[in-house]
Amino acid sequence: MRFLFKTDYEDDIKLFPHSGYYVSYGILIAFLLIAPFVLSSYLVSQLVFVCIYATVGVGLMILTGFTGQASLGHAAFLAIGAYTAAYLQQYDVPFPVYFLAGGLLTGVVGALVGFPALRLTGIYLVIATISFAFIVEEVLARWESVTHGNEGMRVKTLSLFGQAVPQNGPTFYYLCLAVLVLTIVGTLNLLRSPTGRAFVAIRDSETAARSMGVNVSLYKVKSFAISAGITGLAGVLFAHKLSFISPEMFTLQLSIEFIIVILIGGTFSLHGAVLGAIFLVMIDPFLTYLKDDLPGIIAGVAATFGADSVTATKIHANAAAIASANGLKGAIYGVIIVLFVLFEPLGLYGRWLKIKLFFQLFPLYKRATFKRQKIYVKSERNR
Amino acid sequence: MLDFVQQLVSGIALGCVYGLIALGFVLVYKATEVVNFAQGDLMMLGGFFAFTFIGMLGLNYWLGFAGAVAAMAAFGMLAERVVVRPILGYPQFSIIMATIGLGYFLRSVVGMIWGTDDFKIETPFSDGVLRIGSLVLAYDKLSVIAATIILCALLYLFFNRTTLGTAMRASSENMLAAYYMGIPVKRVVSIVWAISAAVATAAGVLLAPITFIHSNVGLVLGLKAFPAAVLGGFGSIPGAVVGGVLIGVIESMAGFYLPQGWKDVAPYIVLLVVLLLKPEGLFGVHTRKKV
Repeated sequence: MRFLFKTDYEDDIKLFPHSGYYVSYGILIAFLLIAPFVLSSYLVSQLVFVCIYATVGVGLMILTGFTGQASLGHAAFLAIGAYTAAYLQQYDVPFPVYFLAGGLLTGVVGALVGFPALRLTGIYLVIATISFAFIVEEVLARWESVTHGNEGMRVKTLSLFGQAVPQNGPTFYYLCLAVLVLTIVGTLNLLRSPTGRAFVAIRDSETAARSMGVNVSLYKVKSFAISAGITGLAGVLFAHKLSFISPEMFTLQLSIEFIIVILIGGTFSLHGAVLGAIFLVMIDPFLTYLKDDLPGIIAGVAATFGADSVTATKIHANAAAIASANGLKGAIYGVIIVLFVLFEPLGLYGRWLKIKLFFQLFPLYKRATFKRQKIYVKSERNR
Repeated sequence: MLDFVQQLVSGIALGCVYGLIALGFVLVYKATEVVNFAQGDLMMLGGFFAFTFIGMLGLNYWLGFAGAVAAMAAFGMLAERVVVRPILGYPQFSIIMATIGLGYFLRSVVGMIWGTDDFKIETPFSDGVLRIGSLVLAYDKLSVIAATIILCALLYLFFNRTTLGTAMRASSENMLAAYYMGIPVKRVVSIVWAISAAVATAAGVLLAPITFIHSNVGLVLGLKAFPAAVLGGFGSIPGAVVGGVLIGVIESMAGFYLPQGWKDVAPYIVLLVVLLLKPEGLFGVHTRKKV
């Protein structure tokens, strides 16, 4: 393994810890660039969703992972971005303008939400953001002159510099990828700037941050605004990808999915946002696979273990019934969330770190390296 | 005027159901500082248990009610053991996520077992009405109000007069200190979960005549019970019920007097306003921060 000795402040705030990262990220980017020529159009379309979800994940990560402010209202920010795009598009506003306008407007709304959130912590903040999301959802459904209410809005095909960019083509994929990469690089730079360090200080201890001279309220509002702005940008892309938006698409369910993205990917790391997005998007094809193939496989296994054809058919039918039951997706989501919280609180990225460390330290790896300490809490009301 | 009183009573009845769910939040929060996002789903599951006992097995109403409460108390303990105990004391965010996951799971599994239709439980109070002058009050609504008052009083006495209640309050203040004083913190926590699941079941069964039970009812009502608990200041038992009643009345008044669409958002708008003015809720105790 490589030992990193940080000898001055400049070392500590480098974009990447060492030059090897440029190689590995370069290979990754190269693969992502040739992906549309190699992969099927279905997979590319899934990759577009990964990019959009990962962008939202990065936005939410800034707020929840790095500033420590939980939010269950990010679907509302996504909705604001999407609706801004759809609305401005009617007046033939060019894409770059309404793309930025979507981000900016959502950022402003985010800052406005951030102000009331200043005085709230923990559970109160979560409830306040849920309330905000409900209000936005209701406004979208009722403000028919702008949003067309429950009928929803069509989103025209994106046109960039006079060229049509269909939402299933490779160009749209490149656009989403570019937005994601720029967001990640921007966020990395943000995190090594004084602002980002203030965010992390607030997350770790608000009181300590304040005593170090960090203007806590200012940075909390900033964090809300930046997080919302990024989510708004993703919202514009989301609207184009789906080419139709309606209020019932931006529900609490979606907010929870975003939380799942950062939770399963691994809170506190940008890698986590991307890994979580991949996980969340790929769970659907996986379930489809379960539905289509698994009953056959199970029946096949049963047949090899001596089940006669009648029993095998019965097993096949039962397995198929379970696999295509209505709520299966929700149940699997639920189990996955609980299992990750219980056993892998660092998420997929944490798992990757563990595997990496295992090979780096082999044969000296200590099993208890990442073990959580048992802690007893004092009342949060007194904190 | 008559309309107003009518709306007031049905608002209070609905609010009592919110209050009962909020009571569950508050109980768990008071004892463990855990916010249980699955409370509404526990209520829904309790309702389905009662439906199974009463509607499908044909038991007597009260017997079925008791059976459902007992079954759910056991289930609450199980859920505590499996999901909550391993992460007790970790950041609130993880616990919120774990209970959200639990809620997801319960909702989907109930949908898979009982289907996604609406169900109705026949109660002895169904269909009866009490007439005072020209005011018509349905018995099922009155029964909800009465049951809420009784439960609330019982819980209040339990927390303030019994040893177990005192132990619960102690373990919420400082788990480690409570443990050193000889309080079996783990057992206390699992009893709290049992009680809160039982209260949720009572809410579910009482609710069944007013709103039908279906697999998503927990989510819908649970999200209304949150503002109730927050309005009252998380951690205050009378606050939860008052908050619930407020939310119920606001909702019912907004549904009657304001244009369509306000009914669903009015509680949240009121909540945001209250949080802005008094971040610790109406009945919350403001404690000073210790550095």
